[in-house]
Amino acid sequence: MARPASYEGVVLTAPFSTAYQRYSQDTAHFWIATALRGALRSAGLKPAELDGFSVSSFTLFPDTAVGLTQHLGLTPRWLDHIPMGGASAGVAVRRAARAIQAGDADYIACVAGDTNHIDSFRQLLSSFSRFAMDASYPYGYGGPNASFALLTDRYMHEYGATRSDFGRICVAQRANALKNPNAVMKKPLTLDQYLSARPIADPIALFDCVMPCAGAEAFLVMSQDSAEKRGLPYATLSAAIERHNAHPDDPIQLRGGWTLDVDTLWDQAGCGPQDMDLVQTYDDYPVISMMQIEDLGFCAKGRAADFLRDKDMTTTGDFPHNTSGGQLSGGQAGAAGGFIGMVEAIRQVTGQANDTQVPDAKRALVSGFGMINFDRGLCSSATVLETGMRA
Amino acid sequence: MTTPLQPPPKKDPQKRSTAPTRPPEMRSRAAMHLTAAAAEGRFALQCCLECGAVQYPPRDACSSCLSTDFEWRDMPPGGTLLAETTVHASPRLFYRERMPWRAGTVQLDAGPTVLAHIHEDIAAHGRVRIEARLDQAGQGVLLALPETPTPHQEDAPLMRALSADPKHRRILITDARSPHTPALAKALQDAGAAMIFAGEPESWRPYPGRAALDALGVEVLPMDVTDTASVQKLAGEIGGKTDILINTAQMLRPGGVLERGDTAFARDEIEVNYLGLMRLAQAFGPGMCARVSDGVNSAAAWVNLLSVSAMTNAQPFGVHSASQAGAYSLSQSLRAEFRPSGLRVMNLFFGPTEADDWYQPLPPPKVTTNALARAVVDGLQRGLEDVWCGDIAQDIRERFRRDPKVLEREMTMGGDGP
Amino acid sequence: MSPLASFAAGIASGTIRVVDLTHTLDPDFPVIILPPEFGQCARFRMEEISAYDHRGPAWKWHNISMSEHTGTHFDAPSHWISGRDVPNGSVDEIDPAAFVGPVCVIDCSDGAAQDDDFELTVDGITAWEQEYGRIPTAAWVLMRTDWSKRRGAAYLNMREDGPHSPGPTPDAIRFLIEQRDIRGFGTETVGTDAGQGSHYTPPYPAHYYLHGAGKYGLQCLNALDELPATGAVLVAAPLKIKNGTGSPLRVLALVEDT
Repeated sequence: MARPASYEGVVLTAPFSTAYQRYSQDTAHFWIATALRGALRSAGLKPAELDGFSVSSFTLFPDTAVGLTQHLGLTPRWLDHIPMGGASAGVAVRRAARAIQAGDADYIACVAGDTNHIDSFRQLLSSFSRFAMDASYPYGYGGPNASFALLTDRYMHEYGATRSDFGRICVAQRANALKNPNAVMKKPLTLDQYLSARPIADPIALFDCVMPCAGAEAFLVMSQDSAEKRGLPYATLSAAIERHNAHPDDPIQLRGGWTLDVDTLWDQAGCGPQDMDLVQTYDDYPVISMMQIEDLGFCAKGRAADFLRDKDMTTTGDFPHNTSGGQLSGGQAGAAGGFIGMVEAIRQVTGQANDTQVPDAKRALVSGFGMINFDRGLCSSATVLETGMRA
Repeated sequence: MTTPLQPPPKKDPQKRSTAPTRPPEMRSRAAMHLTAAAAEGRFALQCCLECGAVQYPPRDACSSCLSTDFEWRDMPPGGTLLAETTVHASPRLFYRERMPWRAGTVQLDAGPTVLAHIHEDIAAHGRVRIEARLDQAGQGVLLALPETPTPHQEDAPLMRALSADPKHRRILITDARSPHTPALAKALQDAGAAMIFAGEPESWRPYPGRAALDALGVEVLPMDVTDTASVQKLAGEIGGKTDILINTAQMLRPGGVLERGDTAFARDEIEVNYLGLMRLAQAFGPGMCARVSDGVNSAAAWVNLLSVSAMTNAQPFGVHSASQAGAYSLSQSLRAEFRPSGLRVMNLFFGPTEADDWYQPLPPPKVTTNALARAVVDGLQRGLEDVWCGDIAQDIRERFRRDPKVLEREMTMGGDGP
Repeated sequence: MSPLASFAAGIASGTIRVVDLTHTLDPDFPVIILPPEFGQCARFRMEEISAYDHRGPAWKWHNISMSEHTGTHFDAPSHWISGRDVPNGSVDEIDPAAFVGPVCVIDCSDGAAQDDDFELTVDGITAWEQEYGRIPTAAWVLMRTDWSKRRGAAYLNMREDGPHSPGPTPDAIRFLIEQRDIRGFGTETVGTDAGQGSHYTPPYPAHYYLHGAGKYGLQCLNALDELPATGAVLVAAPLKIKNGTGSPLRVLALVEDT
């Protein structure tokens, strides 16, 4: 595979996160508008100046990105709708960057958001995918908990990882979340609490699961010139990959699509895993974070537990990971869960992360994973960001 | 081994019966083929007619070669449990009320990896035998069983949910006078039925099976499926504890339309075979539907015994066949109407029987009462929807599947003239 | 007082009693059973049309169905092959005066209690006449067996060789028709013939001779023990069914208290 063209000249800026709510009576439209407004304000842009719009959401029904343009009064010349769940941010960035480079748009807002009504998670599950409807939900209807429980069970069996290994990831993220005022989880978590939590779908217990909630995340993609003209802090995009339905013949998922593109990623980025100042993995369950750490080259396959065992994953540690608390402690606002790492990484490398700031963070890896269609997540993405202009 | 199921205690009269809940029912059309095979107890998967790939979940195009031509083939049942989970939390009421629930990933010997219900006696990462079953939504699901049966494996809660096992259940056989009723009662008793009732029409005339029913301890109670009031009366008495209803009432006379020359027997056949079924359903159906989640001896199944001539008209029983076709169609309406409750409707299609005098002039093969009784019990134990009992019924089923028009043409020969 | 006025006064004062000789039309009441390859007599059936409900809010009514020969019923001459050519042989054609007439009750209850296949013979008839006088012309003659008190399987009394119940011999029926010119013959059993009547020559002699001679049959009568041997008047009017061979009945006897 030839190395893809550089993303030079494209920057990511104006990161914005709404506070998350466990249940909301508002709509996805409300949450997306709130985040969009926040990002535009921090960049000093008027909605009319926006000419590109990329949306990720599960709860817009019956609307799509198209309906949102009229709903929000936008007149973009470039529009994208990315229904890729946890891989959405990486994919949105890739496409927006190429549009900026090609001149198809000047200012693109990438927004992800969802609402969470009392019964909407159950309803979302029931219409999630055809394969899930046909071949997964009839078997106990555990939703993603059950699907990831199976992967976790097999991962533990194959590689000897233990519940404590997963627990350390969750405990560190909770510590990070306590520094993030937007996070839904407000109380500390100990490893004992993690291990003794009520079972959800063995071997997954309560603190392995994300809390469905309402919220939205947004950032802007524009040219470096535009950002500098407006005096905005920005991150540059060193590399980006995506892959879908990788390894279809694996009987059960122990690796993701990153394995097919990891060399391209680091080659394009011109650096390696060891150069990352922080890592944002998609953490709907801790086993998936381990899978990303392995597949993106931090350690050999199956060795993530060993690799992480002597690491400090908090914002002040030697392996800062999911610095805002991730979804496990921040909450999963639907498709915004796919953006949480990207938005936090932009804040980190532009020095805007406030209490969760990793000192001198220059390079960040943001990894995404999404869409359990039947038995495995189909979408994977990864991006490397670097400091362009600090705040 | 599974803990043997104990007879349930008598019901607490102050406790509300649990309202029926169901697993999810929605499926793609492609996935319904799994259901169609499960309905008659077969485990079949989708095969590409071009490249031969076996794939799961079912698709509309081959994920190996993009062909859109498939057939569903019976598969070897072996597999290995790759991973498992025990679900403790579900937003779906049916599972929430039955937690914990074991499910797992099985690597099939046939190729694909599937999710399946996992029987409690299967060891972690062990070998399994896959069956396709109908769940309480009436949809096909895959069930992983121990490779060799374990003691009392059918007593597991999972198995009760995926069957209409007569064990510990109370069964009403609607017509004590049917020549099949004594053998049926015996087979159900042997299968652990808690109690057997039989409806007796016209107690003012004797019949040979009565002594056998008395000897078996069957509770014989007055009911005539052609008499609405008698059906309502019996439903009033035992409808609340009828867990399985087996309709053996059958009126049969030979003859086609011209040979009969009048509509009298046709009317009798309609009265018994069609309207009788309807009366029974109106009287017993609502109560049974309300009790589908009512513990160990919940209402579980409605069984119709139909001549296979329901599928295609069979001379010299042309007019009777029409009543069977009507009853078959009515059974499909009952399926639709019972679906929301999860009450199963099992149709047993039989060829000519030994016991029924009217089949006496027909050549063998014929179905014995014992074979018919075994087929009913087996069908209930496996939760089937369609049972084809005997060589002729199976032959008709196969020919119907291949081409119903060819079958019709073969069944309506005029004979060679001069 | 005119005869009818005095009749009405007798009813009003109770000196003339009205005795109901009818069984209730009940779905479970036995009907005659023929070999299965023959057509069968329909049982009485009743279906609700509405019952003060959504099918009809202020009224209740039923559809009923049955045979002409279900329950307590009338046999017209046209019922039997021997009576197929009898003039006015169907229920709609019979002169209504024929439905009302004097009745003689021959008590065979002792004999029937002894023998399920008890036969009413010419000797039996003449012995009765010794006691009660000659049977008048155009009388209803009823054979009392108390069979109407039987219930369930005892009524038809079916065995493997067929039903067993009392009835007249061929000679007895011929005697009543030819020597006494009766109006008709009635029984408490399911037919005017004995249960084993198919084994006489001719088979079913009561049906054969009665209807061939234009006489009528009454079956499944109830409570004949409430009638005197002579002196009562019977009212047995069939429904006016076009070309009907019989009809369910409400049979009334008018009995003068003495």
